[in-house]
Amino acid sequence: MASPSPKSPEQNEKSKQYDRQLRLWGDHGQSALENGHICLINATALGTEILKSIVLPGVGAITIVDENITSDEDFGCNFFLETSSKGLNRGSETLRLLLELNDAVQGHSVQEPPDQILKDNPDFFKSFNTVIATSLNEKLIKDLSQHLWDLNIPFILCRSVGFLGSFRIQFKEHAIIETHPDNERVDLRLDVPFPILSQYFDSINISTLDLKDHGHIPWIVILYKAVQQWQITNPDRWPMSRKEKNEIKEIIQQYIRIDENGVPITEENFEEAKRAVNTALLPTFLPVKIQDLIYSSAAINLTKDSSAFWIMCSALRGFVEAEGKGKLPVTGVLPDMTASTEHYVKLQNIYRCQAAADAEIVYRKVQQIVSQLQCDTMSDTEVKLFCRHAHDLHLIKGSNIALEYQPGGPVASYIARHLEEPDVMMVHYILLRAADMFRSEHCRAPGEWEPESDIAKLKNCVSKILTDVSCSPFPKDDHIHEMCRYGGAEIHSVSAFLGGCVAHEAIKLVTNQYNPVNNTFVYDGASTNSATFTF
Amino acid sequence: MASGEIENSDYQQKRWHNIRKLLERSGPFCHPDFEPSAEILDYIMNSCKVLIVGAGGLGCELLKDLALMGFKKLHVVDMDTIELSNLNRQFLFRKNDIGLSKAKCAVEFVNKRIPGCEAIAHHCPIQDLDDGFYRQFHIVVCGLDSIVARRWLNGMLMSLLQYNDDRSLDQSSVIPLVDGGTEGFKGNARVILPGMSACIECTLDLYPPQKTFPLCTIANTPRLPEHCVEYVKVLQWCKENPWGPNTGLDGDDPQHVAWVHEKAQERAMKYGIANVTYQLTQGVLKNIIPAVASTNAAIAAACATEVFKLASSCCANMNNYMVLNMSDGVYSYTFSAEKRLECVACSNTTRVLEIEPDATLQVIYDKLCEDNGYLMKSPGITTVINGRNKTLYMASIKSIEEKTKDNLKRRITELGLYNGVDLLVADVTTPNTITIKLKFSDSIDIDMSR
Repeated sequence: MASPSPKSPEQNEKSKQYDRQLRLWGDHGQSALENGHICLINATALGTEILKSIVLPGVGAITIVDENITSDEDFGCNFFLETSSKGLNRGSETLRLLLELNDAVQGHSVQEPPDQILKDNPDFFKSFNTVIATSLNEKLIKDLSQHLWDLNIPFILCRSVGFLGSFRIQFKEHAIIETHPDNERVDLRLDVPFPILSQYFDSINISTLDLKDHGHIPWIVILYKAVQQWQITNPDRWPMSRKEKNEIKEIIQQYIRIDENGVPITEENFEEAKRAVNTALLPTFLPVKIQDLIYSSAAINLTKDSSAFWIMCSALRGFVEAEGKGKLPVTGVLPDMTASTEHYVKLQNIYRCQAAADAEIVYRKVQQIVSQLQCDTMSDTEVKLFCRHAHDLHLIKGSNIALEYQPGGPVASYIARHLEEPDVMMVHYILLRAADMFRSEHCRAPGEWEPESDIAKLKNCVSKILTDVSCSPFPKDDHIHEMCRYGGAEIHSVSAFLGGCVAHEAIKLVTNQYNPVNNTFVYDGASTNSATFTF
Repeated sequence: MASGEIENSDYQQKRWHNIRKLLERSGPFCHPDFEPSAEILDYIMNSCKVLIVGAGGLGCELLKDLALMGFKKLHVVDMDTIELSNLNRQFLFRKNDIGLSKAKCAVEFVNKRIPGCEAIAHHCPIQDLDDGFYRQFHIVVCGLDSIVARRWLNGMLMSLLQYNDDRSLDQSSVIPLVDGGTEGFKGNARVILPGMSACIECTLDLYPPQKTFPLCTIANTPRLPEHCVEYVKVLQWCKENPWGPNTGLDGDDPQHVAWVHEKAQERAMKYGIANVTYQLTQGVLKNIIPAVASTNAAIAAACATEVFKLASSCCANMNNYMVLNMSDGVYSYTFSAEKRLECVACSNTTRVLEIEPDATLQVIYDKLCEDNGYLMKSPGITTVINGRNKTLYMASIKSIEEKTKDNLKRRITELGLYNGVDLLVADVTTPNTITIKLKFSDSIDIDMSR
C-alpha cells in the first residue's frame, strides 16, 4: 500500500502547547486571555505563585509593582528568586524568572511604592484588566480598593499568613455568558414545538414502523407521541403531576412491541424515553434570573457606553417579546440518545437550524441598537454564542471593599451573624483583618519578633473590629494567640494553594467564562477547610 | 572559616525563618504530641526521605513546594519524556527540554534553583522499582494520571505492612501515602495511612467509570463525532494498516492522528455528522483529560501541606479526602472516606469469593473484572491442587493464554476447584499476588440434602 499522506493540516505550535486548556475555555477564551494585562502589587511568594499560573497559560502581559529589596526570607519561600537576587529589587528579579516560563508573555516592572503611584500617577492602573495585590497594610487596602472601584478595574486582594489565607474580589459588575454549568438543562420545546419540529414529529407513526426502525427512533419522538395520545383524553393540558407523568410512562410501555411469546422486547430508546419523563417534560419557560436581567434598567436604558452584554440583553428582550412569544432563543443542543444515524442527524439539524434562525433575529436587533446608539458593533459569532447560552447568563453585582470597614452597615451585620453562629472561618477572616490593622499601627506583623508580647496588642485590633460589627469579644484568645505564633510567616504551600485559586479567578475574570467567587474566599490549611462569604 | 560558618548558619536561620515560626513555636491548635523545637526542621532537611511519584502537572508543583518547605531528601520517579503540550502547566520544563526525561529535568531545575536541595531522579516505570526501594521512604506523595499505576503503588505500600504476632499492625511499617489528582477545574487530595485508613482500593467507586461506546453503534449507527473516530481506531486501522501490519496506532504520532482524523471526517461526511476536528480526534485517541496550571497548583499545594504535617506533626492531617471544584466559584469539601473491611489491598483478612458450584471459570474471571471490590484489568488465575501449581487462566502471556482459554468455558468443579480452595490472582493493578478463598454458595447443600 502506498505510504499514506494525510491532507488535513496538523495543529500549529501554539494550539499544541495550549491544547489541554483550550479544551476548557476554547480559542475565544484563549484570545481573551492573550489580550489581558494583569498587574501584581508585591511579588511575595503568594504574588509570584499567582502570576505563575497566569503566565503559563499565556496571558498577554504582566506588570509587577514592588519597591522591596529581596531578603533571605523572601528567597526561602519564593521560587522565583535565586541566590543572586539578594539585595536586588524583588519585582524585577521575580519578573525575569517568571517570564522564562512563557516567551509569549510581555512583562514590566515598576519599582515605586503603590501609595506613591496612587498619589502621583493615579491613572497608572487604568490600563489593566485586573489588579492583584498581596501583603498590603490596612490603609493602603482602603485607598487602593476605593481608587480601583472608582476606575471600575477589577481588584483581587490576597492574604497569606501561617496556615491562613484569603482573597477578596472587587468589581462593580461582572457578566458571564459561558458559565459552563455541570448539568445544563436541555431545551427541547416538546410543549411548544416550532414548525419544522412539529412537521418532523408528524411525519413519524410509531405503530407502523418496522421493528428495526422502531428500536431506533429517538426518545424525544416517543415522548412527544405519548403526550399527544395523553392529550386526547386530557385536552389542552400538559402532564405535570407525578400521577400524570406515570400515565405517560404507561402509554410508552404500550408502545413497546412484544415477541411471539408475548414477552416485551427491550429497546434502549423506549427505556430512555421512560427515564426522560421526569426531567424532559418540564414546560419551556423564561427563567426568572434571565427575566430580571433583560428587564433590568441597564438593559432598558442603553447609552452609547453600554457594554456588549447589555446591548445583547436588550436585543434578547426584543426577541422574547416578539418572535420568541415569551421564550428564549432555542439553544440548538441535542443531547446524545439511542437513535439511527438518520433520525439523530435530522433531529440535530432541526434544532440547529432553529437556533441559527433565532440567533439571526437577535443579531439583527443588535445591529439596529448599535446603529441607533452609534457604538461599536458586534460580530454574529458573539451574538450566536450569547443566544446559545441565553438560559444560563449570569450577572454578579459586586460590592466595594470599603463596605467591610463601615461600622453598623449591612456587611457588619452579615459578619456579626456568622460570628454568632459561630462560624470559625469568619473568625479567621477577622484575624486576617486584625493582622492588617496591626501592621498599619506597628509597622510589623503580629508576633514577628515575639509571639507572647503581641497577644494583647493584637487583641486590641480584634476588639476594634468586633466593636464595629457590634459583636461581643471572643470568649477565648486561642485564635489571637495562633495568629501571633504565625508571626507574619508566609508558608509556601499555603501561598501555592491560594496562588492556584487566585490565578484561576483572574483567568475567569479576563476570559469572561465560569463563575468567579462572589466575593470572599477564606482558607485554613491547618484544618483543610474553606468558606466563601459574600460581603 | 569559623566566621564563614556562622554567616552561613545565620543565612540559613533567616532563609527558613517562615517555616521555623511554625516549627519552633507552640500554639493552641497544635497536635497534642507536638513539641516545638529546632530539631524538627533538622529532621525535615536531613533525615526525612520523601518519594514524589510523577513529574507531570502535579509532580513539578510538588517538587517545588516540598523543596521550599525545607525537604531536601527528595526522590522523583517518572517514566515519561517532555512534550510540547506539557508546557502550559509543567513549569519546570522549557521548549528546549522536549524529548528529555521529566524526572531528570525537574530535579536538575529545582536542585539548581534551591541551594541545598538534593533531589534524585528515577527515569523509569514505578513497576521497575522493588520493595527495597519503596521501603526507604518516610512518606510517599503521588501525582499520577493513571488509575492503574496508582493502584499498583497503593498495593506496593500495603505489601510493606508488617503485622505483629497478635495480628495487630506494626506501626513502624506504615509509610503514609498522600495522593492528588486533577481533571480540568476539579481535583482531589487525600491522605492514606496504609492499614489504618481508607486506601485507593477501598474507594475505587470514587473514580468515574470509563466512557465506552457500544460496538454496534460505532459500526452501524454512528451519531456523534466520537463514534466516527472510534470506528477508524477500532475497525478501520487494522483493516487498512496504513503503515503496514506491524505498526499499531500511536496517538502521539501526528501523522497517525492526521490519518485517523481524515478517515473519521470521511465517515462523518457520509453520515452527515458534524464537528470531527483534529482536537477531538486526538482527544478520543489519547483519552485526553483537560488540564490547567491553576488546578494543579492548588491540589499539589494541598498535598504538600499534608506531607509537611506528617513530617512535623505540627497539626493533625486532613481526615482524609478533600475534593476541590473551581468551576463555579471555589468550593472545597473534606470528608472521611471509610476503610473497607474486606478491601483486597489493605485488610489483613482472607478474602472470600462466593460462587455457585456449577459456575464456569469465566464467571470468576468476570467477577474479578466487574465486582467493585476488585475491578481488575486482566487477572491471571492460578491455584495449588495436591501440592502442585496449576494455571487456570492467564491472558498476559500469549502462549499460556492460548493453552488456558478453553478453561474459561469449563465448570470450576471440572477444573478440580472445591469449596475452600485458594485462588492466587495476579493483575496489573497490584504488585502482589492476591489470595482469594472460594466459597460455594449454600444452594448446593440444599440440593445435596434432597
